[in-house]
Amino acid sequence: MIPPIVLHGLIYGGVAAIALLTLTAWGIWFERKFAGRMQSRLGPTMVGWAGLLQPLADVLKLLQKEDLVPAQADRTLYLLSPPLTVFFTLATVAVIPFGVDVAVANLPIGVPWILAFSGLMVFPVWTAGWASANKYALLGAMRAVAQGISYEIPMLLTALVPVIFAGSMNVNEIVRWQAEHHWIALWPPGPGLFAFVIFFLSCLAEANRIPFDIPEAESELVAGVTTEYSGMRFGLFYLAEYLHTLVASAVASALFFGGWNGIFGLPDGIHWMLAKTLTLFFLITWIRWSLLRFRADQLMRICWTYLVPASLALVMISALWVHYAPQLGPMWGG
Amino acid sequence: MSASSAARPSSAAPASAARLGVDPHRDLSDYDPEADLMVLNMGPQHPSTHGVFRLKLHLDGETIVRAVPYVGYLHRGVEKLLEELTFVQATPIVDKNDYVSPMTNEQAINMAFEALLGIEVPRRARYMRTLFAEMQRIASHLLWLSTFGIDMGGALGGGTTLFMHCFREREWILDLFELVTGARFHYNTHTIGGNRHDIPAGWAKQVHTTLDLIASRIDEYLELSTTNSIFVARTRGVGILPKELALELGITGPILRASGVDHDLRRDAPFHAYDEIEVKVQTEPDGDCLSRALVRVREMKESIRLSKLLVDGIPEGPICGARPIKNPTQFKAKEGQAYVALETPRGELGTYVIGGGKNKAASPYRLKIRPPSLHALSALPYLLPGHSISDTVVILGSLDPIMGEADR
Repeated sequence: MIPPIVLHGLIYGGVAAIALLTLTAWGIWFERKFAGRMQSRLGPTMVGWAGLLQPLADVLKLLQKEDLVPAQADRTLYLLSPPLTVFFTLATVAVIPFGVDVAVANLPIGVPWILAFSGLMVFPVWTAGWASANKYALLGAMRAVAQGISYEIPMLLTALVPVIFAGSMNVNEIVRWQAEHHWIALWPPGPGLFAFVIFFLSCLAEANRIPFDIPEAESELVAGVTTEYSGMRFGLFYLAEYLHTLVASAVASALFFGGWNGIFGLPDGIHWMLAKTLTLFFLITWIRWSLLRFRADQLMRICWTYLVPASLALVMISALWVHYAPQLGPMWGG
Repeated sequence: MSASSAARPSSAAPASAARLGVDPHRDLSDYDPEADLMVLNMGPQHPSTHGVFRLKLHLDGETIVRAVPYVGYLHRGVEKLLEELTFVQATPIVDKNDYVSPMTNEQAINMAFEALLGIEVPRRARYMRTLFAEMQRIASHLLWLSTFGIDMGGALGGGTTLFMHCFREREWILDLFELVTGARFHYNTHTIGGNRHDIPAGWAKQVHTTLDLIASRIDEYLELSTTNSIFVARTRGVGILPKELALELGITGPILRASGVDHDLRRDAPFHAYDEIEVKVQTEPDGDCLSRALVRVREMKESIRLSKLLVDGIPEGPICGARPIKNPTQFKAKEGQAYVALETPRGELGTYVIGGGKNKAASPYRLKIRPPSLHALSALPYLLPGHSISDTVVILGSLDPIMGEADR
């Protein structure tokens, strides 16, 4: 007999993974359509109504392509890296509460779990670049590691702000606290919103999104770490990138915008989580197709001279608020 | 090599490079070749080299210590080919030289032949040539702005948005050219003595409509580019080309003007109808990538103004000063030579032609094209050291090289 907690994890995990992969596929469709409209083009139109089956066609095409491994490549690492990126991204999903008590695992260490797997993402990217035996890939991997490690810090610090307010590291508890009190991004004025902005920027950098897509930087490094990859192995990197964007949007909406909590007293539920996640995903897409890219050293300077000190200050302010606000009276949210 | 010679620039480098502190022939023997340096061949197949251009980069980390450009991957032997063809057959060949600005290429070769053969161009044809050159300048600068966006924003991102919008506007100008010549790109509309195709009825009105639309949208594109803080952060102070070095390397056009040299052949040595209109020359003092971008953007606006003036001022009259072409060997040159230089969107495009005399009278005896892009590329070994790979594509893009022209 399988213990119920394992069964719960298997069913919920399977459903969440499949749902997210599907959402990602049509997220890509949406992004292509949106980018097309933004650039006075049509985007995909040929496969299915309004090109809706384009993601399936893309996957079929990628699966048919030859799976090339360069002669000089470190074969094991080269073949292992793409699936690992998808695995680490999907592992993050485990602790995200999608609805009231709808989560794969109700872990008490949810926030560290998310940050840990997000941090692990650096390794498959680095091994992919190293194992490719390509100079562009190596440069891309170097940039990815530097960027990943740097942006991990403001991301970690700003994720502490909801933890401090809610008094729990369980993501489900943080959302529940927000449903009972208020969304962290809205109150108290200041730390929550700024923490969200910094968290969001760090997520953009972690997910290699413009203006922070330095590791790929195809105008400089051809395709960065994915230069030598072809077929579905390239597809997996591509998938992981979009998955990462989507998961980051979900985490941000759970930590800062009350997750499944409805507005104006409307009933809570998974639809709120979906709406908030897709809004943030849309925002990322919008930014991506409007802005140019920073230079690697400018990226580092932004992180270390602005984001890290600012997030440290936010953590401090949050802690002081939690300590002193109750003494100010109930209207201050104590 | 001793340390003192490594610190002193080689004798082959211009004196102004020494003042700049950059040695393009830097001795790399003080680096450990196994540990410190990486040689990266950027191109000839690379998304941002604007054609088949190869750049050999010696990298210390991501910082360039020496850059060696290699040209010639697109060499087609155009000059030799033109010596084998007759004067009237040359025009469609040079269209493919600077494939972003074919109009000015046609004008350059035909002006050189006209100077050699002593043929006058009627006033109406001169006005039309000036108008085509100015409209081509708008189209060319739009293409430059769009590809510059891709260099900085990537093929999947904001750069492409800029690219697609600028290309749409460029298409409109090509549409106007198509109405006159029947071709969108390789026009073959200039001929010895004037133009082949007259402008159709109602064309001037369409030019006004299109240019008004482009003028109203340019400011929008500037928000995506020159007034955008990321764009400015990427270009300000990057790839500074000092005035003296630019002059020594023979750099012309917007790059020279962005280095603070007030030089424009349209005003300083007027050709076509430029002696009848006033060209406001745009300059910038700093010589960095931002200055080059600003100069080109202002030139675009200035060209819109000039085009509107010109299209209203086209006089009546014949469009060609020579007899219509009946056979390819119609024009026969006496022994002699001619050099004609004109201002293309990229700078001074010179054509030097020697007439053949008795045995080879219908074709050039010797022909040399001086492309502005080749001279612009020669600045790369001075501009790149000290910058990163990311800056390489920005600097290269700001020089606006066209390899078809540089390699000929």
